[in-house]
Amino acid sequence: MKRAFPILVFLVVAFLGYAMYQALVVAPTDQLQGNVYRIIYYHVPSAWTAFLLFGINFVASVVYLMSRNAKADTIALVGAEVGVVFCTVNLVTGPIWARPVWGIWWTWDVRLTSTLVLWLIYLSYLMLRRFSTSGQTPVLAAALAIFGALDVPLVYFSIWIFRTQHPQPVIGGGGSIDPRMLHVLLINWLAFLCLAALLCWSRYRLEYMRRELEETQALEALLEPRGSL
Amino acid sequence: MSLFAVTRATLAKDLRLEWRSKDAINSMLFFALLMVVVFSFSFDPNAEESRRIAGGLVWVAFLFAAVVALNQTWARELRNQVLDAYRVSPAPANSLFMAKALGNFVFVVVLEALMTPLFIMFYQLRALGPAWQLIPVAALGTWALVVNGTFFAAISIRTRSREIMLPLLLFPFSIPALLAMVNATTAILTGELSARFWIVLLATYDVVFTIACLLLFESVLQAE
Amino acid sequence: MRPAPVKPSLTTQDSAVISTNGLVKEFGRFAALRGVSAEFTPGRLYVILGDNGAGKTTLLRSLAGLAQPTRGKIVVLGTTNLRTVCGQIGYMAHPSLLYDEMSAMENLRYFARLYEIFDDATCARMITSVGLDPALARPVAQYSQGMRQRLSLARAILNDPKILLLDEPFSNVDVHSAREMAGLLAKMRDSGKSIFVVTHQASLLENLADEFVWMEAGQITRRTSTLQPVEAQ
Repeated sequence: MKRAFPILVFLVVAFLGYAMYQALVVAPTDQLQGNVYRIIYYHVPSAWTAFLLFGINFVASVVYLMSRNAKADTIALVGAEVGVVFCTVNLVTGPIWARPVWGIWWTWDVRLTSTLVLWLIYLSYLMLRRFSTSGQTPVLAAALAIFGALDVPLVYFSIWIFRTQHPQPVIGGGGSIDPRMLHVLLINWLAFLCLAALLCWSRYRLEYMRRELEETQALEALLEPRGSL
Repeated sequence: MSLFAVTRATLAKDLRLEWRSKDAINSMLFFALLMVVVFSFSFDPNAEESRRIAGGLVWVAFLFAAVVALNQTWARELRNQVLDAYRVSPAPANSLFMAKALGNFVFVVVLEALMTPLFIMFYQLRALGPAWQLIPVAALGTWALVVNGTFFAAISIRTRSREIMLPLLLFPFSIPALLAMVNATTAILTGELSARFWIVLLATYDVVFTIACLLLFESVLQAE
Repeated sequence: MRPAPVKPSLTTQDSAVISTNGLVKEFGRFAALRGVSAEFTPGRLYVILGDNGAGKTTLLRSLAGLAQPTRGKIVVLGTTNLRTVCGQIGYMAHPSLLYDEMSAMENLRYFARLYEIFDDATCARMITSVGLDPALARPVAQYSQGMRQRLSLARAILNDPKILLLDEPFSNVDVHSAREMAGLLAKMRDSGKSIFVVTHQASLLENLADEFVWMEAGQITRRTSTLQPVEAQ
């Protein structure tokens, strides 16, 4: 698999390039917003990818708590890290889009705000993993991931109620979408998924190697005589 | 093994010790007073505006006071490693959790009871909506902060920078509850909207996370 | 003075009160226990000796169920699920595991409830058995180290456990208290308890212990029936 990596990188970059071409050139111009709307082809797929990755994190966390399988924990970690990256893309493209179209940087838009809270939740998850001194960090992290998953619908619902009481502009449009635009959107999402898969795979391998190194060093310490007493 | 008996014994012990030393409660009281004063200097609106933002101000103040209380939840158990004595015994982990959460609830409610009259005074607050609804909002909202706070405080035991870890974990997860608390309070104070949806949301949040905490606490307690 | 020292005898796993098999405990890259396999007969007083870092505390904590083994098996009273037998284990460590702000009776009363013991008489009896006064209302913070360790022992035996795990019970304790505690341990061993003591002051138990377990670098290196290490072979 290691040898395949440069080829895969090339393929993914090529696909991303093709998707970008579709987004910037082929897709039709929006009636109301002009060419500015084209950021949707990055804003939306990054969100969908992030949600998928966070979903993987949740499933892997549950599997870990039930089976204490170290691989599940690694998958959870990878899902969270790469998910945060894509979530960041979504959060950055949101205001970039909002500014020229509505003249404001931020609005308590349901989707954008929910994504912000999700981002914060997973940042705290990553902070826990970094700051934990316990030998059982995966257990603590898995518990937090489950809390996160439980929180997400509550977050969405609470912001939704808030918005119905205090209506604000919606970033990302609420209405139906032109089928040609949808087509380009899906192409870009597929490209993002390929990129995510590549990132996850290499991060997984990195983590796997790091853990193997740690275990090897521990085993070496086990077998060697320790100092002179 | 009786869950209730151990919970009651632990809660009674905590309250008794707190009453004796008055360490935490004194510092928290002073902190609460300081918060109200600082807020009054920072946000100095006239009576009409104040009703609009008071919901937010009050709950932010309560949130910070709660964090101060929550940070010392496990302090006594970590001194002399008393927590080991509990872990070695057959007493169920959930009893310990409930006792700590209830203890924190009592502390924070006492703080709120003291801060509220000050807020009412400084901001000349008056509820234009159904004032009695403030009680379920306060109770459910405080429990929402305390139940997750106690759980995250236990997680924070196993981290570096314990005191900062607690708010880092608590704040993101509490956002739906905070939104509900603030908007419910504002709705009641201004009388413009119904707080009913928010109260239901708070109740849902409380049920969901209380169950989650009870299911996962044992794993967290034994994660050395 | 005990009669002729008893040689450490072989035990089958069934009759062993505690047995470990290939017990490994790693903290990151540091292996505190590097494959401990041993069997311990019930009703004996074992003294665990070794330099700092030998793994004695980690072993005791693993037996108490406080530390999960990285690899290997621990069987206590016939089961690997330590939570089911924790009511029959008493644990004491160098920190006192007591609330400084409460008196002796208040402390024991609370810990007794964790074991579903609700009568004060048992608590008072435990306190007296370690040579302290149950009526003393002073908070534990004002105790001397010797008194504190003795009370900690009282807490450990509150539930009349079959197995006692004591980590450095005599450290910083005055000679008189230490001798009293050692005598008490011997008496408990005679009544059928299995006792494991980690200590640097093994001389206190020289004539009372059944077996001395020597640990070095995370492993048990030898087990002797006397304190004097065998010199030339």
